[in-house]
Amino acid sequence: MNAAAVSLSGVSRQFGEFWANRDISLDIRSGSIHAIVGENGAGKSTLTRMIYGLLTPTSGSISVRGQSVRFTSPRQAIGAGIGMVHQHFMLIPDLTVTENVMLGNEGSALFAPLKQKEAARKIQSIAETHGLDIDHNAVISDLSVGEEQRVEILKLLYRKTDILILDEPTAVLTPSETGQLFTTLTSLRDEGKTVILITHKLDEVLGVSDMVSVMRKGRIVATKPTATVTKSDLARLMVGRNILLRVENPPENPGETVLKVVRASFTDRKGRKRLNDLSFEIRAGEIYGIAGVEGNGQSELLSILWGMTEPGCLVNGSVTVNDRALKDMNSAEIAATGISHIPEDRLRHAVIKDFPVGENMIFGRHREKKFLLFAGFNANSVNDYTKSLIDRYDIRYDMQNNPPLSSLSGGNQQKIVLAREIERPGLKLLILAQPTRGVDIGAIEMIHKKIIETRDKGVAILLISAELDEIISLSSRIGCIYKGSIRHEFSTAEIRKGRSCEQDFEKEIGMFIT
Amino acid sequence: MRNTLFKLLTPLLAVVAALLVSALLIMATGRDPLMIYQKMFSMTFGSAYGTGQIVFRTTSLMLAGLAVAIPFKMRLFNIGGEGQVLAGAFTAAAVGFLLPPQTPPFVAIAMCSLSAMIAGSTVALLAGWLKVRFGVNEVISTIMLNFIVQAFAGYMLTWHLAVPSTVHTPEIIQSAQIPMFGSIIGIWDKSPANFSTLLALAACLGTWIMVFKTTAGYEMRAAGLQPEAAQYGGINANTHTLRAMAAGGAMAGLASTNLVLGYKHFYEAGLTSGIGFIGIAVALLAYAHPLWIVASALLFGFLEYGGLTVNAYVPKDIFMMVQAVTILMVLVLTKAMQRV
Repeated sequence: MNAAAVSLSGVSRQFGEFWANRDISLDIRSGSIHAIVGENGAGKSTLTRMIYGLLTPTSGSISVRGQSVRFTSPRQAIGAGIGMVHQHFMLIPDLTVTENVMLGNEGSALFAPLKQKEAARKIQSIAETHGLDIDHNAVISDLSVGEEQRVEILKLLYRKTDILILDEPTAVLTPSETGQLFTTLTSLRDEGKTVILITHKLDEVLGVSDMVSVMRKGRIVATKPTATVTKSDLARLMVGRNILLRVENPPENPGETVLKVVRASFTDRKGRKRLNDLSFEIRAGEIYGIAGVEGNGQSELLSILWGMTEPGCLVNGSVTVNDRALKDMNSAEIAATGISHIPEDRLRHAVIKDFPVGENMIFGRHREKKFLLFAGFNANSVNDYTKSLIDRYDIRYDMQNNPPLSSLSGGNQQKIVLAREIERPGLKLLILAQPTRGVDIGAIEMIHKKIIETRDKGVAILLISAELDEIISLSSRIGCIYKGSIRHEFSTAEIRKGRSCEQDFEKEIGMFIT
Repeated sequence: MRNTLFKLLTPLLAVVAALLVSALLIMATGRDPLMIYQKMFSMTFGSAYGTGQIVFRTTSLMLAGLAVAIPFKMRLFNIGGEGQVLAGAFTAAAVGFLLPPQTPPFVAIAMCSLSAMIAGSTVALLAGWLKVRFGVNEVISTIMLNFIVQAFAGYMLTWHLAVPSTVHTPEIIQSAQIPMFGSIIGIWDKSPANFSTLLALAACLGTWIMVFKTTAGYEMRAAGLQPEAAQYGGINANTHTLRAMAAGGAMAGLASTNLVLGYKHFYEAGLTSGIGFIGIAVALLAYAHPLWIVASALLFGFLEYGGLTVNAYVPKDIFMMVQAVTILMVLVLTKAMQRV
């Protein structure tokens, strides 16, 4: 057994009255991949931020390689060989890969010549050893997200970091990039480096880590060798109760065609073709899943469906709902025909963060007659309606103080949006973009149930998600989007069969989207 | 709870801090600050006339404050209160003396006020339209419109409307005049305080209802806080930009009821100068909240008139400094309180 690379004993961190981390004792073995899982707000990032010196513990002690440390800034942590890849990358878009990697570690005096060639050679050799495929002369702004992440990792390795912290590294990656990242992590581990992996995706934990710690409400509830746990064990530990990872999905009963997209194409202002003869249709009472890597035309499709195409973009083809063309309608008019849209970035687009829950419950539906009284709102009817949805969708918040929406957890915020949009009177088509992004597994279970329920009421549902398991478990049919068109469509029968051997099915879908 | 308390405390602390700073300034002029403050108090709130003077000034400032506060809810910074007040005052005076003398009082007052509101509104709308149509920053356009309105009013006054060898227009008809408090109910005697104060208070209340209780206000606040979300929610931000500017300009125009209909009964050069700018401070100090504006306007009304009363002992410029220090203190304290 190797010595601990990082060890925490009795570490707590308080923010005012709130214990973000409480009495955490943890040994992270040197030369291992240690995953830390937990729901949003469980305290994962507080923990890593303390290890990286961004926060100091309220009490308890941290030691690195047996030596007690008390970092007050990341600079000290970096000095001790600890590095972190943040969820949002810290790269300068106008500089090349080599320049970015060298930044802050130039290795020459202020006005001395920069040893770029030597650095480039070094970067090349590090990259080759660990399968970090990258052109070191490329400018960052030309790189894909996956490549940018590789540069971040290179940056750490260039500084001889041997304890790497990765915060939700796969959130932005395609399935094949994820595979590539895990190969790199394994190779780093084999070289004796320590990797701390923060994630909420259980499959990844099981796939790559050696040890796993589960956090709940600021505490570590279990630390176990990964080989001894199953996915449902982890889910139970994270949530604190038994949880259904796969929503029950009874056979659907599709009706008439509701949404019909025929040869839609979209050319953006710069003349790039974003959608290319994209066609599909959705019938009432079925869920059409669109699987694909972000940036393959999903947002353009959504902008057409919601009447939000920017001026200067060229849209062709026909998009009809119950034979009514959506062209030339704005989002208010589209919504009025019985269409609901849950945008992917709900904090920016679906809610007003500073408004209280009640005002958000009617946002976008505030012109419905039942909510109005003279020139203002009918407070009673808005309150009754809000209360009934809060009960039915199990939305939890501090009702006494009527706080702004931003103080609610991500899951509760999403439930509010979902409740509001599903309950739209005369709903015919529900458009869902990444409906469970950033949502805890406990809330995901409930959201998935509601989506199936809505489907069974005869609503046509369009589901766009980057999570393949979500697409597979909910969809009646799956369209694989690639470079702006549906490249392949899986039938209901194929999906039913695919659900029994999900791993292979995910790989099969993966081939059509990359 | 904590937040509300902080919000209440901040302006108070700012005022106290500002008074302390001005005490230092007064001491620097070689006077005893306590004596000055005492004199100032006895000549303002300590006397009926002084109180009336403050009420009069507060009235204009409430309306000028609303002119800034309403567009502020849409994240628009209306610096054009100055020009909008002037446009309103000039129009009210012009309509007031052009109306036939036998016009009944309510009709005459309504016509003068409405035309003043329309004039203020038009100036502000022009800036709103430039923003919506061409994306011109409203700060720049409203400032430029100030100059245009000033020059235009100056030209009209000098060349067409002024009573010969004076710098004011003819007096408005009797029935368009708003009576003073002193002449009807006998309070604040001889001071310029007049019944348009009630109009200004109603405007504050009305604005509060409009912003916080109506669907239009709901949409406007949403579009101001998160324009992108508003678009997803089917709210047309452009419409609300125009509405907010129009409403703000109308409030500025309404200030003419106090200045022209209630007090001077004519328009003269410089009658409105400075009111629009102090209105910015009034709105900022009140966090652009239509009801807090009443308190904020009262403070600035007090400082403005209070400065004049002790003019004999300390230069009134000191009190212009106090006003500025108060605003700076509010801005500093708001930031500082957030960190606590």
